[in-house]
Parts: sequence; structure tokens; C-alpha cells
Amino acid sequence: MTKAINLRLKIWRQKASDAKGAFETYDARDISVDMSFLEMLDVVNERLTLDGREPIAFDHDCREGICGTCGSVVNGRPHGHITATTLCQLHMRHFKDGQTIVIEPWRSKAFPVIRDLVVDRSPLDKIIQAGGYISVTTGGAQEANTIPIPTEQNKMAMDAATCIGCGACVAACPNSSAMLFIGASVSHLALLPQGKPEAARRVLSMVQKMDELGFGNCSNETECEAECPKEISITNIARLNREFIKAGFFSTEE
Amino acid sequence: MTLDAKIPAGPLENKWDKHRFELKLENPSNRRKFSIIVVGTGLAGSSASATLAELGYNVKTFCLQDSPRRAHSIAAQGGINAAKNYQNDGDSIWRLFYDTIKGGDFRSREANVYRLAQISNHIIDQCVAQGVPFARDYGGLLTNRSFGGAQVSRTFYSRGQTGQQLLLGAYRALSRQVASGQVSLYPRRDILDIVVIDGKARGVIARNLITGNIETHVAHAVVLATGGYANVFFLSTNAMASNVSAIFRAYRKGAFFANPCFTQIHPTCIPVHGTYQSKLTLMSESLRNDGRVWVPKRPGDKRSPDQIPESERDYFLEKKYPSFGNLVPRDVASRNVKDQCDQGKGVGETGLAVYLDFADAIKREGKESISQKYGNLFQMYEKITAQNPYETPMMIYPAVHYTMGGLWVDYNLMTTIPGLFAIGEANFSDHGANRLGASALMQGLADGYFIISNSIGGYLAGTRLNDVAVDHPDFRSAAQRSLERIQRLLSIKGKRTADAFHKELGLILWEYCGMSRNDAGLTKAKELVHSLKEEFWNNVIVPGINEEFNQSLEKAGRVADFFEFSELMLSDTLARKESCGCHFNEAHQTEDNEALRDDENFCHVAAWEFNGVDQEPIFHKEPLSYENVVLTRRSYK
Repeated sequence: MTKAINLRLKIWRQKASDAKGAFETYDARDISVDMSFLEMLDVVNERLTLDGREPIAFDHDCREGICGTCGSVVNGRPHGHITATTLCQLHMRHFKDGQTIVIEPWRSKAFPVIRDLVVDRSPLDKIIQAGGYISVTTGGAQEANTIPIPTEQNKMAMDAATCIGCGACVAACPNSSAMLFIGASVSHLALLPQGKPEAARRVLSMVQKMDELGFGNCSNETECEAECPKEISITNIARLNREFIKAGFFSTEE
Repeated sequence: MTLDAKIPAGPLENKWDKHRFELKLENPSNRRKFSIIVVGTGLAGSSASATLAELGYNVKTFCLQDSPRRAHSIAAQGGINAAKNYQNDGDSIWRLFYDTIKGGDFRSREANVYRLAQISNHIIDQCVAQGVPFARDYGGLLTNRSFGGAQVSRTFYSRGQTGQQLLLGAYRALSRQVASGQVSLYPRRDILDIVVIDGKARGVIARNLITGNIETHVAHAVVLATGGYANVFFLSTNAMASNVSAIFRAYRKGAFFANPCFTQIHPTCIPVHGTYQSKLTLMSESLRNDGRVWVPKRPGDKRSPDQIPESERDYFLEKKYPSFGNLVPRDVASRNVKDQCDQGKGVGETGLAVYLDFADAIKREGKESISQKYGNLFQMYEKITAQNPYETPMMIYPAVHYTMGGLWVDYNLMTTIPGLFAIGEANFSDHGANRLGASALMQGLADGYFIISNSIGGYLAGTRLNDVAVDHPDFRSAAQRSLERIQRLLSIKGKRTADAFHKELGLILWEYCGMSRNDAGLTKAKELVHSLKEEFWNNVIVPGINEEFNQSLEKAGRVADFFEFSELMLSDTLARKESCGCHFNEAHQTEDNEALRDDENFCHVAAWEFNGVDQEPIFHKEPLSYENVVLTRRSYK
């Protein structure tokens, strides 16, 4: 038989962006330790709904840790206390019977709350739109094996490309910086020969957009790396800085 | 109405070339006068949006997630097929075509599948140019892995995250077009209806999921790329929000729905473990490259796997299918797994699981090599089950994963409503009765990058379209009806949540319309679904109001459509009195329990026309003719 536990939840409730929010307390009873964190919230919501109360709004979709939709701050840690794990892959076996769990949304000026635990992360899309791509029009590509890419370089690019855009790095950062997110994108593309022609323009434009959107600067707190569910390394921020300096000094891009 | 698939004449190899030449062209300066709505931002929707925008069309792109990058294509793990023949192992466009047709148990169109195989190579070129980090060998060149249903190694991959990398590639291409102003992005929108004016699709009714506003959007053509309907079963490997609503609304507006009984049940998923469970997790088919599937020989053997000696293990796939072994197609593998569990040889707490064992592969290649290939999958498995697959065999069981059925489309990917197109999993076109692994990504991107961009131009250049504005009475009445339906859901104030209804619906379908089907069960399921639907409309509780962020309301609307859709699915399943691919009707099987096709009577696409609520849909037949392949009994022995 699987074990069940009882929990006390303190959850941030906020009706809308312009409404005032507050913590409310709920009891979650008989929670199987094999449940995921989001399944635990499902159970709570089912109860709330049947009691005629408003269920807790939270974002989620794939529940496999890859789409980047879910994420809340759990006991002060984005995606909870288990490393390299999204909230949907955090299982209740990591909590103790009788424990109090505080659940709140990502806190960042750049991510306004939409409702309860749901925030607006569209600024991350806007940063990608500022240059996080390779300009290749469909149909114009050369034969795929024309340019060999050394495995080590390809591996580093892939490591950076595994970013799921969940925003935990921003939520973890005391400055609400998006440098790890941008660093991952800039590194991934700058490491590949296909991404080199636009590297200078890309990095300048993305960093400028980040500043415009109200994200803070990086002051090497490394909280982002610690909380990233995909373990994106802060060496990507170092590479971002190098690319930025290179672009500023040696390219003709403005 | 006769169904005309508009398949071009001439030899198979030349059809697509010839067709592209014959399609009317819209000149570049004219394209900017047209607007196109694309619904969905998975591989098909994102790639179509980007490519249509590159051509100069004004594209409005909708998705229900907060960002287009979240679409469930992102979760595809294993890889994407292409006929590059980099391995020099005898692959060719013809072989990929043949494997796909055969894998689909001869229930797909030759012309479509051949085109898919032809385009496959361009997809890889395109993705590499976009910066997709496919796996490479030490020389820096692209490498491949094998997948089910094929004896060549033609699958390109990025660790176990191929879907993610391909989707992010398409998302980047889409983002570039958003930046250029050629695509307007509408995230967090549900599509509530398709608006058809003068017989042509001219727009959509959308609900803004943040404000609840009912919006009307006009265009010259509408492309649905909204994925499949696997979530009708409640438990599936699909994302939580994946739904049938947009394509079902299109069906209600006159688009025919093809082969809804074809649902793929994937053999390698993490077994169900509790009634609270919200979804199932796939373990990539690529694991069957190195993992060996087995059960104890003796039914009811409850020893732990390390206590069961080699001689008392039954490697049932290797034994029964010596030439394909563990790499038989998904439908065959799933049925055999179910069979073993039905015999009482299943393992784990519930007895509904079999082992997928990597011990031999780790011994042969070393832990490091296995970890490089499957590291993230092993990690995911351990997170969910708290068991380490490097040390103890994985436990797996089949789960609903993909739907081959979808809106009926012609060779141009246009539905029976002119101006309404369906691409990717939302259409029915290429996979017949069973999709081979690593073919979904190929089809989504072929449709989006290379096919729709040509065929939609042909439609727009060859069709007279009147000016239509959002205040057209048809838009207003469609918006009004959508709002009334929402108000009705909110006003019921019953005693059961939409989720509870959805769970019960899913159990009925899994029981009677799952891996094994019979007429009596299907008839019973129809009654059960019908009465549950009645109860839903009288007893569902949907908290809150429309004019707010209301996830319960979103869910209720989707479940309501799943109810109506499941009745259509059951009708189609009952009508197909043969077994083929994923559709296994117990009355039609060979002596050794393999699917027994009836090519004389059922070598066709079943396309269903809406005939009113609670009315049996009208059946239309598109006969399938095979000029280039010989219909054989699929054998993987």
C-alpha cells in the first residue's frame, strides 16, 4: 500500500492583476506520496469546487517537465526544494506528514500576476523575438551534413538549448534578471556555425530588450543556476558576457 | 457528396512536383492582401505560421498556452525519420514510403505518404540550418538510431528531447516573423467556433482566457493545427489542455471527420498507479533499441525481477517476432503486452505492467553509453517511480498516445469546407491505422513547412472571396451562440466537477474502445456515454464567471466536446468490421491473434458528416487504391 500524508497549505490567492492578493490556508488530507505536486493541487481543487469555493488557478500543461508551463515558489524555492525538477515532476514523497507548505507565484516586476499562481511570462517571448533565432527562410537550407560540428561543441549547444523557458531563473534571482535565460539562447546559437553570422546583432538586441522589459542585472548570485530545473550552467552567462563585449567592441552592429 | 482527394495523376514520384507546378500562384505583392488564421503552435502550426509569413501573407496565430513554445509537440522524445540514408543501410525515399504505408496497415493514401517521404530530407536540412542540435558522431556528422517498424537506422534525434528541439526551432522561426510584424500572436485563446460564410471558412470565434472576452477574427483562410484527440480517454500521454474542440467545432460546421477509431496506444509508458492520476508519461520507443521486454514465464510470479533467473523469463516479443524483436510496431507491441497481462503474467503492484530491461545493454556497452542515449529518460522515470532503471528493470504498460484519425483532408490538406485546412495530428492523412515511431514530427513539419505553404496559395489564387468584416451577421450569431453555451455551463451548478465526468468518460472508452474492441462492448459504451453526457449537462458544477481567468470553465467546455466526439468515435469503431493496425476488433483476428484486415470491404477511409446533435453521423467512403504497393498481411516475424 502506498503511504498517505496530511499537509497544511498556505497559498497565494489573487483574483486578478489589479486585485490585492493574500495568503489563504487550506488542509490537504490523505495525499498519496506517489502523487505529483500538481496532482495534489488537483485534489485540493476538486474539494474546493465541490464546497462551492473558487479553485486555485495554476499554470500547467505537459506534466512531464518539458513544456515549461508550470512553476510556483514552494517554501521559498522555485519549483520546490528538489534540484533539477519542475513542479509537475516534484512528488509528494519528498514532503513530511503534517508539514506546512507555502505556495506563491513567481515574483518579478517583469511577470505580473494574472491570477493566484499564474503569471504573465510573455516578456520571455519578447526577448526571443528580439533576436533569439537564426534567419533561415524555409526552403533555403543546404544539405544537413555539409557542415560538421565537433561533438563537444554540439554537446555544449545542446546543454544550453534544453532551457524550457519556465522563468524559474528570474524568480530565483534577487534582481529578477533574465541573464540565464538569455545566456542559454545566445550560447546555444553562438556555439553553432549556423548561428555565427548573426551572433553580434543577436546578443546586443536581446540584452537591450531585456533591459527595456524591466528585468534586472546579473550580480553573480548564482541562484538561477541552483534553481534551474534543466541545470543550465551559469557558464552560459559568462559566454553571454563575452559575446556581448565582443559584439560591442569588434562588430559594426549598433 | 463525393469525396475527391484531388490526387494528381501520373507516376508516384512526380505527383508532388507536377502538382506544385499546376497550382495557381499568388504573386508576392498580392500575398500581403491576404490574411490567414493558424490555430495551434505545435510543430505543424508554428512551422506553417512562420512559412506563410515568410511568403508575405498576414498571419494571425492562436494558441491556448501562455506561449507558443509550450505546445505538446515539445514532449516528443525519440526522434524524426528521414530517408537520408546516411548509414548506407539500404534506406531510400521508397523504403520510408513503404515502411510507413505498411506500418499503417495499408489504410493511408499512397500519394500523401510518398510526398511525406520525399519531403523528409528537406526537413532535416531546414532544422539543422535553424540550429537544431541533432546528435552527431565524433566526426561531427549527423547520427541515427533505429525505431519500431523499420529495419534501417533513419531516425534523427536530440537526446530524448527531439520534439523540444524541433519545436523550439519552429518557435524561433515563428518569433522572427512576429518581430517582423508579419505574424500577430494571440496566446491564451480557446477557439470556440469556426465561421463559415458563403460556404467558405472565413474566421474563428475565440475566447480570451484571461479576460473571458469573446473575440471574432476574420481571415481569407483558416488552418487548424490543434493536434489530436487522445485526451478523450482522460488518461493519455497528451498535455492536460490538449483537446478536440477546434476540430470538433469544424466537424459540426461541415468538415468531415475521418477514421476517429484509429487511436494509437503506445506500448512503453509508465504504468497507472492511482485514481488521482492526471496523466500518463511516455517512455520513448527508442528505449526498445536497447531495452528487452519480458515477463515471468509463470503467471502470478511475484518475485522481484532480480530473483527471477534467465530461464524463467519470457522475452515474448523476441520469441514471437524474431526478425523485428523488441522493435515491432507500436500496435503489435501494445497488444502483446496486454495479452501477457491478461494471462496473469503482468508485474508490479497492479499486475498491469511488463519489464523493460537494460541489464544486457549496460553489460554490453557500459553505463556511460546508455546514459548518453537515454539519460534524461532514465532520470524522468526515477523521478516518477522512485526506482533506478540502471539497477532494476523499468516497468511499462501501454497508454493512449496519438490519434491517426482527424479531419478529412484532400491532397492539399484542405477539409471539406473550402478555405479550412487541417495539418499535423489534426488531420487524418498519412499514418493509416497505425503511426510508426518518429513519423509524427516528420508529418507535422512536412505539412507546416512545405505543403500548406504551397497548397494555400493555390486556394487563394483560384478562389473568389468577398470582403467580410467582423460585424457580419454570421460572426455575430456565432459569437452569441458560443457565449450562450458558456452561460449554460455556468448555470447548471450541479454536484460533480467536469474533471470527474471526464475521468468516468475516459474509463468507459478505455474499457470498450481501447486496445481490444467488440461489437457488444461498443454498443454498451454508446449507451453509457450517452447517459453520462445527459448527466453532465444537468449535474456539472463550473465555479466562477465567464469574465475572468477561469480554468474550470475552459475544462468544462472541452469535456462537453469530448462527450459529443466520443459518440462519433464509437460509431466509427462499430462500423469498421475488420481489424487493422491499432483497431483490433476481436471478431476479426488470425489464428495467432494478429489483426485480420478485410481489404475487400474496408480498404477505405471512413469520413463522417455531422447530422445534428444526437443523430447518427452520415457515412462517406473514400476508397483507397494501391497502384504501387501490394497489400500484404503485415508480418514482423
